[in-house]
Amino acid sequence: MKVVNHKIPSVDGLGIMKGRKAYTDDFAENDSLIVKVLRSPHAFAKIKKIDDKSAKALPGIEMVLTYKDFKRKAFTRAGQGYPEPSPYDKFVLDEYVRYVGDEVLAVVGLNESVCQDALDLIEVEYEVLEPVLDFETALDNKVLVHPEDDIHEMFPIGFEPKRNKAASYHMEIGDVKEVLKGCKHTVNETFYTQAQAHVMLEPHTVNARMDYQERLIIFSATQTPFHMRRIISQTLEIPLSKIRVIKPRVGGGFGGKQAIHGEMLVAYVTYKTGKAAKMIYTRKEVFESSYTRHPMKLEISLGADENGMLKAIDAHILSDTGAYGEHALTVYMVAGSKVLPLYNKVDAVRFYGDVVYTNHVSAGAFRGYGAIQGNFALESAVDILCKKMNMDPIKFRQLNMMKENETSPIFAIMGEGTEGTPMNMETCKLEECVSRGKELIHWDDIYPFVDKGDKIRSVGMAIAMQGSGIPLIDMGSASIKLNDDGFYNLMVGATEIGQGSDTVLTQIAAEVLMTSVDKVVIYSSDTDLTPFDVGAYASSTTFVSGNAVLRAASELKDMMLDEMARIFKCDREDIEFDGVTFKYDDKEMSLIDFSNEITYSEAQKQLQVTSSYVGPKSPPPFMAGFVELEIDKETAEMEVINYVSVVDCGTTINPMLAKGQVDGAIVQGLGMAMFEDVKYTKKGKLISSDLLNYKIPTRLDIKKLTTEFVESYEESGPFGAKSVGEIGIDTPPAAIANAVENAFGIRIKSLPITAEKILEKKWEIENGK
Amino acid sequence: MKIKLNVNQKEKVFEVEPNEYLLDVLRRTHYTSVRRGCDNTGCGVCTVLLDNKPVPSCSLLAVKADGHEIITVEGIQEEADKLGRHFGDEGADQCGFCNPSMALTVYSLKLENPKATDEEINQYLVGNLCRCTGYVAQHDAIKKYLGDQS
Ligand code: FES
Ligand code: FES
Repeated sequence: MKVVNHKIPSVDGLGIMKGRKAYTDDFAENDSLIVKVLRSPHAFAKIKKIDDKSAKALPGIEMVLTYKDFKRKAFTRAGQGYPEPSPYDKFVLDEYVRYVGDEVLAVVGLNESVCQDALDLIEVEYEVLEPVLDFETALDNKVLVHPEDDIHEMFPIGFEPKRNKAASYHMEIGDVKEVLKGCKHTVNETFYTQAQAHVMLEPHTVNARMDYQERLIIFSATQTPFHMRRIISQTLEIPLSKIRVIKPRVGGGFGGKQAIHGEMLVAYVTYKTGKAAKMIYTRKEVFESSYTRHPMKLEISLGADENGMLKAIDAHILSDTGAYGEHALTVYMVAGSKVLPLYNKVDAVRFYGDVVYTNHVSAGAFRGYGAIQGNFALESAVDILCKKMNMDPIKFRQLNMMKENETSPIFAIMGEGTEGTPMNMETCKLEECVSRGKELIHWDDIYPFVDKGDKIRSVGMAIAMQGSGIPLIDMGSASIKLNDDGFYNLMVGATEIGQGSDTVLTQIAAEVLMTSVDKVVIYSSDTDLTPFDVGAYASSTTFVSGNAVLRAASELKDMMLDEMARIFKCDREDIEFDGVTFKYDDKEMSLIDFSNEITYSEAQKQLQVTSSYVGPKSPPPFMAGFVELEIDKETAEMEVINYVSVVDCGTTINPMLAKGQVDGAIVQGLGMAMFEDVKYTKKGKLISSDLLNYKIPTRLDIKKLTTEFVESYEESGPFGAKSVGEIGIDTPPAAIANAVENAFGIRIKSLPITAEKILEKKWEIENGK
Repeated sequence: MKIKLNVNQKEKVFEVEPNEYLLDVLRRTHYTSVRRGCDNTGCGVCTVLLDNKPVPSCSLLAVKADGHEIITVEGIQEEADKLGRHFGDEGADQCGFCNPSMALTVYSLKLENPKATDEEINQYLVGNLCRCTGYVAQHDAIKKYLGDQS
């Protein structure tokens, strides 16, 4: 391969470094109206009265929007396959506010300061209600987060708002209780994972204007432009044909932009007034009024026989979706479907529980999407079991984990809110990942720990898997055309959000067409100009959209050969083409001449192809993560000395960008494992609402990342590729927890794993608590 | 009120509100490479050089910059090009929202301490957050860029 599997610089990095216009707000119209939201000071309240007279009278205020301005129509903000597996439980504006930061009303004015003045003038009378703030007490609580009757599910997801349930799920293979009873060794442990904030550096941003065809043109920092167009059309009842969503460069998403945020209000304002409008979330709003990761309580039971064979897994999980149920069921299911198959030799497995509403910030999609929560619990429990059996944790995994050409019945049972699709692991290099990682971290020299005087060095590890798109649901497509002078345009619905998909998809097209990346000009995600794609989520782009590009480019090549055969008067099969020149017998023609001829002189036509791909399966990438941790004996301060990731993601289309995906995800995972924590006051107000109170890793926190890829080729992927965007985030929590136990014999079962928690536990043990 | 700024070597007069921050003035006058990532000096994305020193323009009142020299990435295109190429070669660019501010801060580091050690680079850039890359590839690219000069 000449282009694929090569370290090619990103196609757009240079222009971005030089500060060219790229992101959503760079394209806002001059003098756009500013849309500003008044946000609820209460965790739960009913709006009784709004006095906005003086605000409306303020010069420069265009309008004040309250729930009365909108037709009451429930929708979900989640950008997912349609019909969505998320409940329709949100209104553009509502008479209830369900968390501190929820939308009360919006003011629209000429500039920020007049909007701020208007907000200060508005008086809202609330009936303050008692909130549900502890998700363990949400189910069947007398307080209902959604008392209203006009909300619904699109198909059965276990939605029971009258019990504070956004979704629920149950599956069992074999008889878990019976199998556990017969096991020589069992453990039963409860784990907690916290809410994590995405902190993509570009806040949620949107602007809109009407064009000269009287159509609504929306620029949005979104991961799902096509879903956005549909949701806005359905909810505001604007014909789909009147809406164009353009996604410029996006400054990070990580799942947080797989949803509608300010778009509904801005679209409404522009459509209603005909005037350009915009909205940029403040950082406080990003923290307080967008999304977090779903916090979960995970009770895990494991049972193994006398030989250390895992026989049963029982997972009872409770998830907190906050005020609205976006991604409630699907994130929940991924905590099982992309974790449990790691141990596929069990006789019985059960996975069940509920996703409940609370009066917290909504939880939504976030890189890892449930898998990181499930992974922390299962991979921690596995190490606890190993300690109990006195068995080496790596040996245990080597004995019990998924191997190549094996399968798990879970794939057929658990899908995206529905049934799944059975599949065999055509590629699964977990064994290589584990043994190479063990070597790279010098496991045998350190395990369980090395005493360094004031400090202890220890190691810990975990294994993980993810998916590559949602089989039979996620669709990606690509159009490719040949231009005069012999270069190509590649138009894809796939959504570049900084993960490098424009570069990777360009490489795939260039490889097929035997050309270089500079001859393929990519344009992504514009609902008028590019073909449909579900968007950037579920680790789908390289695999699903990549396969679409592969198809489109191959078909265009065939089309070019057909035309060439007509010109050469021969059969297509007899033509040799090397990407630059066509040859047949003693005839030859360059691609440039061919493209010019077919454009300007003879039998002129535009050669262009559109192709689509829907995956019949979702081949999981696998990895093993290892941490070398240094802990201060007295203060329990921790330092990550090295994090080793060995990944099987099939062929890396761009090894450099793939490494960037893993490195970045590891660091986000370390943040979640060690300090990131969304915190509320007792009344449900967010404490961690800025970057001083919500710390993300800085460059001082990262000493060394060792990331490698094992040789692997997935037949069903483009040039052998699987996904790589999410998997990196899954292992750090369990690996750190396991390393702490290996150092101190102290098991921390709730994230984040902080020095305080370790010291507290130490004190408890020392004082016999 | 009116203030005078030298932006990227050009003297310009700006009409500003007394409570307006430099970042907002720059963005509304089409210096769109300067971007906002937070509300209070937490991220570094809004960095500009004020008399060759990196400052967060989100919390500098425009009036305070009156009479000073401001450089945005548009003013150091050659340097940004060099750094950008190293970023490309190391696979250090992802979403890029942090990148122009990185170029300015790294350029200023080069002026101050072209032989900066690993530790010094990290300390100098600690306020320039990046949520995408995990920092390692960026660090390698920055070292190569500094290495070019010496
Ligand atoms: S915008 Fe974040 S530091 Fe200025
Ligand atoms: S590349 Fe996205 S924040 Fe740095």
